[in-house]
Amino acid sequence: MVDVRYDIAFKMYPYRKVPAMGAAPVRHPVVIVGGGPVGMAAALDLGRKGTPVLVLDDHEGIGRGSRAICFAKRTLEICDRLGAGKVMLDKGVVWNVGKVFHGDERVFEFNLQPEDGHKAPAFINLQQPYFEKFLVNEIRAAQADGAPIEIRGQNALVGLTRHDDHVLLDLDTPDGPYQVEAEWLIACDGARSTTREGLGLSFDGRVFEDNFLIADVKMKADFPTERWFWFEPPFKDSGASALLHKQPDDIWRIDFQLGWDIDRATELQPDKIRARIDAMLGEGAEYELDWTSIYTFQCRRMEKFRHGRVLFAGDSAHQVSPFGARGANSGVQDADNLAWKLDLVVKGLAPDSLLDTYSEERVRAADENILNSVRATDFLTPKTEISKTFRNAVLKLAQQHAFARPLVNSGRLSTPCVYDGLSLNGPDELDGPARSRVGATCADAPMAEGFLLNRLGGDFTLLALNTTPPDMADTDGIALRTITLETSRDDPTGAIAARYLGDQPQGIYLIRPDQHIVARWATASTAEIETAMRNATGRGI
Amino acid sequence: MTEELNLTPNIPDPDGFYDELLAAHAGLSKPESDAFNARLILVLANHVGDRAILQQALKAAG
Ligand SMILES: Cc1cc2nc3c(=O)[nH]c(=O)nc-3n(C[C@H](O)[C@H](O)[C@H](O)COP(=O)(O)OP(=O)(O)OC[C@H]3O[C@@H](n4cnc5c(N)ncnc54)[C@H](O)[C@@H]3O)c2cc1C
Repeated sequence: MVDVRYDIAFKMYPYRKVPAMGAAPVRHPVVIVGGGPVGMAAALDLGRKGTPVLVLDDHEGIGRGSRAICFAKRTLEICDRLGAGKVMLDKGVVWNVGKVFHGDERVFEFNLQPEDGHKAPAFINLQQPYFEKFLVNEIRAAQADGAPIEIRGQNALVGLTRHDDHVLLDLDTPDGPYQVEAEWLIACDGARSTTREGLGLSFDGRVFEDNFLIADVKMKADFPTERWFWFEPPFKDSGASALLHKQPDDIWRIDFQLGWDIDRATELQPDKIRARIDAMLGEGAEYELDWTSIYTFQCRRMEKFRHGRVLFAGDSAHQVSPFGARGANSGVQDADNLAWKLDLVVKGLAPDSLLDTYSEERVRAADENILNSVRATDFLTPKTEISKTFRNAVLKLAQQHAFARPLVNSGRLSTPCVYDGLSLNGPDELDGPARSRVGATCADAPMAEGFLLNRLGGDFTLLALNTTPPDMADTDGIALRTITLETSRDDPTGAIAARYLGDQPQGIYLIRPDQHIVARWATASTAEIETAMRNATGRGI
Repeated sequence: MTEELNLTPNIPDPDGFYDELLAAHAGLSKPESDAFNARLILVLANHVGDRAILQQALKAAG
């Protein structure tokens, strides 16, 4: 039997009996356990590259409960590369204005005013079930194009055994148990990861002793499309902080920070929830409760994300509090980092030590996310009297003085991690802008037609600006595309020059499939590029 | 060369300043005084701005 742990919003991969169930276990190059946002992103990326993947999920579709709502720019760029970006942007709500209150007082208002010349906005609000559905739809489209991806619904991992050249998986289905073998296993099975527990691996960090009531309500009110955040909200029983934020379909996300000593069952009674929301929205507000739940949050990670043939990605590897919207966003970036590396390893083009750099890079990113989210949580829930005094001093000063506003922290939006100083980096021999230094992700910029990131795509790329690069189609079988641009002709807004050259007349960038920068030079020889390519694919020594 | 935190006498009319500091707290309760001090620290820290100097100040005060 397979337990049903949650309601399904979209039934997208109904259970089907596996024909080979009675026979000897079939071996698969890559198995992904868990079809959440991270597992599906990894499957789509690998499948599009031609590496066969089998996705196992213990449900028949996407869970109904809204969890993530904020999807950041980098995630949208990755999804755009995977083919699902446009539907997300079309459906998502874009917002730029936020208001911060402290009790009855308006502390300040901000406008994010994102930098011009990017295809994706700073972020969108979109219910997680839609996000996942759009990825699965894209997997269906990829399958139709021949991508070797298979999804098996109601196939639960219940145990696993590691061998030298594969991992043996014990699965349960409505027709009983069976086994498959995975040469590589990606564990995307969420915070309570069966894989992690099955291998007895630790997951250490900090639990925040606080409960958050999340209510998604449907209303046709004229609240503007803004993010409203209250410290010590003035309305009755609303807890230590509250948030009001718009999603598509006239749904609003409301968060109440309830504290630690509460009775969950009582707090989840619809009457009790409605009383809270009435106090917040004002008498007579008309709304329906769409979804409610109570969460506690943790900030923790595994010590490393690679354990032999098992790779952990997303919530199974790391968990953060949701302030700053870093869970799904960082998980999709894990997938983005892992897919090209595993693809090269499976195809025999890179040694498996390349996968150690997946752990190295994404542990760095997880630490950055945890740091940010711990800081936001400490601001929201001051742990001592003096920290509360400082917090309230900041809020008071921010009402009058601009200087204090950057100190107000109700969550910092996730931005991609720069892999400064890590193993795959090559030389930084261009005196160019710091934002495009080695280890950073490429900044988008408008081209005469379309956008730069769309042109980069998902292969290794040599981007040559105002210079002719050496003529190379691949190095040792790994494809290397070349894009040569003349800024006088191909850079209509000047953004490419500003973001990649600064005051330099020319430059050559070597870019990874996940659009992180490997190396940059003013001029580069074939030998220099080959050396950087070898290092970036784990063949350095 | 990075700047050094100035720990030599730098306030003209020190007695006058000290008076003003205490006067600003006159009539405040303990929590109000704490809140005032916190705001004052933030205002001054912003004026200093330089993180290296602020780090030295945190150390010097400890
Ligand atoms: C209230 C709330 C708000 C949030 N807001 C944001 C936000 O705004 N932005 C953001 O980026 N993140 C946010 N997050 C975090 C985000 O929801 C998670 O980080 C994200 O879902 C992690 O994705 P995942 O694919 O790693 O895991 P999950 O989404 O947990 O998916 C795991 C999948 O694996 C399946 N599975 C589990 N065990 C097994 C098994 N043994 N066998 C087979 N299948 C299995 C599950 O059924 C599920 O389908 C929020 C979370 C909460 C709770």
